[in-house]
Amino acid sequence: MHFHSNKAIYIQIADLICEKILSGIFKEEERIPSVRELAVDLEVNPNTVMRTYEYLQDLAIISNKRGVGFFVNTESIERVTAYLRKEFMEQELPNLFKNMKILAININEIDQLYQHYLQNNLNNSNEKK
Amino acid sequence: MIQFNNVSFGYSKQKLLYTNINLELTAGSVYGLLGKNGAGKSTLLKLMAGLVYPLHGKLSVFNANPTKRAPSFMHEVFFIPEEIDTPSLHVLDFGAEHMPFYPKFNNEQFLDYLKEFDIPMTNLNNMSFGQKKKVWIALGMASNASLIILDEPTNGLDIPSKRKLRKLIASVLNEDTCIIISTHQVKDLDSLIDKIILVDEGEIIVNTDTDSITEKLVFKLSPDISSTEQYLYYESSLAGNLIVKERTPEDETTKLDLELFFNAGINNKNGIKQLFN
Repeated sequence: MHFHSNKAIYIQIADLICEKILSGIFKEEERIPSVRELAVDLEVNPNTVMRTYEYLQDLAIISNKRGVGFFVNTESIERVTAYLRKEFMEQELPNLFKNMKILAININEIDQLYQHYLQNNLNNSNEKK
Repeated sequence: MIQFNNVSFGYSKQKLLYTNINLELTAGSVYGLLGKNGAGKSTLLKLMAGLVYPLHGKLSVFNANPTKRAPSFMHEVFFIPEEIDTPSLHVLDFGAEHMPFYPKFNNEQFLDYLKEFDIPMTNLNNMSFGQKKKVWIALGMASNASLIILDEPTNGLDIPSKRKLRKLIASVLNEDTCIIISTHQVKDLDSLIDKIILVDEGEIIVNTDTDSITEKLVFKLSPDISSTEQYLYYESSLAGNLIVKERTPEDETTKLDLELFFNAGINNKNGIKQLFN
């Protein structure tokens, strides 16, 4: 896995798990990879993955069933969404604002592009169906 | 697991390399041993493995004295040197020759690792340096020794093999093992290392875990250097300033930049020592 430089690795792995839950690859009440499996897959220290799993347990997104493994909690999608929203608002948005200010980009311009994006995405998802 | 108490060592008594060092290593971690060329990294590793003996002080490894070289100690230590020696033997005979010395040796794992590393089933003499190195790594990992010491393991390894090595280390680490890696190629293994030992001029500057480092320091690229802020270390270029500074509660934790941490430790020894000792 390629890690960015701006966030602790264990948080980046937590984000990855959250994304997998949101996209339905890891489903509620299903087992996720063991600490070792994920460490080997991502080529990171198992202690780092353990820290990620403790972090996600604190957020009540996953839980540990002793001797069986780690499972995605019910209602985790709501919690993951809340967690990722908070991360986005607190970390990514300030960066975006900073660049908008430097480049003198008006919020209305962004809004237009965003509406356009939503329209396109809607069309695309209709086509897929 | 490993304890240095006021250990001194030098290759000659007149010129000591280490004077009264204290260092403790615990099981369940991958240690990264960092230091400049000639800083004494390999010597420190050799002391732990009982290949060189302290001049003064007490060194214990699993409560044993490495200099006694008791079989019960040797069973649990596997040392993979930077410069490897290989006899003219078929790779499987080479494995068979070493196996009896390690009670927990697992031949199935050995064969598995050889396959993972793409090692041809042939005489070691017909192999490249990188291939020989991988045979040693496979042997060491399959020994299931409690202490595995790797001196510059990624030297000579091709790109896919480095990836295999990372996976291998992640798969063999458990709470009873201690893996120590000395390396200059920090980017090859930085996501695997969870404890750092930094040595310079015969001194242990830092022995700490990577979590404490990211807890106490932030590493970031900043467009400008402000005169009001205190930095432990920075590097400037047109691209901006790579800075290391003490983390305040308002700062988010950042990813550990090992190269930057290394340079900070070498260039601002006292600043780093004060924070971590």
